[in-house]
Amino acid sequence: MTVPAPQPSASIRSDAGARVVSPESEHAGLEISVGAPGAILTRSRWVMTLGSLGCVAMMVGLIGLHFGAQPIAYGDMLQVLVHPIGPGTADGEAADVTRTIMLQVRLPRMLLGFLVGCSLASVGVALQALLRNPLADPYVLGVSSGAALGAATGILFGVGATILADVALPACGFAGGLVALVVVYRMATRDEQLPIHSLLLAGVILNAIFSALIMFITSIMEPNRSYGMTTWLMGTLTAPPYGGLVGLAVYLLIGLLFLFRHMRILNILALGEESARTLGVDTEQTKRRIFVLTALITGAIVSVSGMIGFVGMVVPHAVRLTTGADHRLLLPASALVGGTFLMGADTVARTLLSPVEIPVGIITALVGGPCFVYLLLWRKDRLT
Amino acid sequence: MSEVSGNRTDDATRCGMTGTVDQRHAYDVQSVRFRYQSRESNTTRWILDDVSFQVYEGEVLGVVGPNGSGKTSLLKVLARLLNPVEGRIDLFGRDLASMPQREVACLVGVVPQDTYSLFPFTVAETVLMGRFPHQPRGRWTGGLGWESREDVAIAQQAMMTMDIVQLAHRVVTDLSGGERQRTVIARALAQTPKVLLLDEPTAFLDLHHQVEICSVLRRLRDERGLTVVLVSHDLNLVSQYCDRILLMDRGRIVRLGGPDEVIEPDVLESVYRCRVFVDRHPGSGLPRVTLPGRHLSGDN
Repeated sequence: MTVPAPQPSASIRSDAGARVVSPESEHAGLEISVGAPGAILTRSRWVMTLGSLGCVAMMVGLIGLHFGAQPIAYGDMLQVLVHPIGPGTADGEAADVTRTIMLQVRLPRMLLGFLVGCSLASVGVALQALLRNPLADPYVLGVSSGAALGAATGILFGVGATILADVALPACGFAGGLVALVVVYRMATRDEQLPIHSLLLAGVILNAIFSALIMFITSIMEPNRSYGMTTWLMGTLTAPPYGGLVGLAVYLLIGLLFLFRHMRILNILALGEESARTLGVDTEQTKRRIFVLTALITGAIVSVSGMIGFVGMVVPHAVRLTTGADHRLLLPASALVGGTFLMGADTVARTLLSPVEIPVGIITALVGGPCFVYLLLWRKDRLT
Repeated sequence: MSEVSGNRTDDATRCGMTGTVDQRHAYDVQSVRFRYQSRESNTTRWILDDVSFQVYEGEVLGVVGPNGSGKTSLLKVLARLLNPVEGRIDLFGRDLASMPQREVACLVGVVPQDTYSLFPFTVAETVLMGRFPHQPRGRWTGGLGWESREDVAIAQQAMMTMDIVQLAHRVVTDLSGGERQRTVIARALAQTPKVLLLDEPTAFLDLHHQVEICSVLRRLRDERGLTVVLVSHDLNLVSQYCDRILLMDRGRIVRLGGPDEVIEPDVLESVYRCRVFVDRHPGSGLPRVTLPGRHLSGDN
């Protein structure tokens, strides 16, 4: 006997059905359910969250401008910000030095940190949704180490010393990232589909190979150059000239803009590939497009700042715990938090052992690693 | 067996029934063959071998068969998750293979076997995602794509149908299996489909939820003319709730017909290779399958 007599249960169900069909309850339901607090993302929650995160980013930015080998008083900072190219004041020379430190050293570096953090976190969000794996980020796929290998090869052949360095090294990184992506994609592609587990495995293997090649390149370099390269690989932000910064910003913002167009599709993809297809998403094409965008963004970041880890993994995860999983909020919020986090981490890296600077990648790993372990233990159910 | 049947047209029905479709067949499957492509594809056997049948509009069709008989593959072919190697499938008179994925999604809702969710979407968010195929796209603001009032109303209706309104703000990763199953069915209903395909919708559910989900499916068929194709291992469930039953074995159709035509001892015994008893359900009078008890299994 496996099935109960359906009659009594069916009649219960009929009652429920009658209740559902009555118009009053339908209206009342609309008030209390979908509109219930936190049930769905509303425009006001979107604006409030991003607005407050933007304010926090600005505050962290100002604090970062203040701290350094030589702290700048907030009053002076304000004066410089109000008159960026204003005439020298009473104590002319000191003010000029302050202005130079602030505008030529710290501000571009903060902006670079913000851009890199934004991009890393956004790429992390996209890859996590796409791979349905909260542990995914550019490093897992091998895109970062591919980009690093590309840039390292460029440095080995002296591209970094030419006047083309600003353009050529990101191009090398991008090429390396793309090669990594194509290889990883080919390795994992079977039956015109892209199974997600084999993709992760391919990324792990690729990472091992690329790391070995990078170590090989480092070992055959002259000691002083290999030292610089090791520092860069660990993840360092250095104050760029404004021309380079603007170029990078335009490049990254265009990439991010394309990525942000996929926020709603990322929601659907996060349900799983088959579900996404039954909801009308062309998953193969979308995946390819997002992977290429990811490689473009990662290639540029790595060539500029090396391999800064954990931002792309921890930030989206932490943000998801507070904003929820809807990518329409998760992606921009993670971008802001990632940028803020990297600005803060870089401020610590500059000031902790001042005047010695620590590679910011070490700070992010030291902060992000324990955070991640904590999340893992605290929210084990969400990470499986 | 009749459930409460209102003839009231709500938003969901109106949206789902917009096209003027006069065809009697929801699906017309013509000599479909399917196998997974591989390097030694000539040696692999057909998962679906020369399958032809029709799904009538507004019927509940149960697909049964032993493990590996091709039930799930058949459902995936109907959902256009897999493409047939040979043969042709018409969906409401149109060639399924040439339809864009999004148009299929507007007509066909799919409830997969595995409803496990990884990311902490709320129930309301999940159900609203069923509106995705109907939402406009292609603009630069498409990434945000706020839901319209109509979308919310339809999702609300779907949640009421599946009785999960009180779960709206809950996170899907915290739900029980039955709640998650109902959430996914509600998501499929929010697509306002004409056809609902379900893979083992009752596999992990207790008796109460099994009966509840099957009753809702019958109610939707009565009220909205929804066509339902459901794959199940449970012969009794299928016999009690389905209009017709499709029995499969090794990729072929063994029998297709009403419960009385398919749930027959000699047919089932040859397909499942074990003895079964078939008698009548005391309530509905439909055939009921019982396994041989342990005192009988030895004398086989």
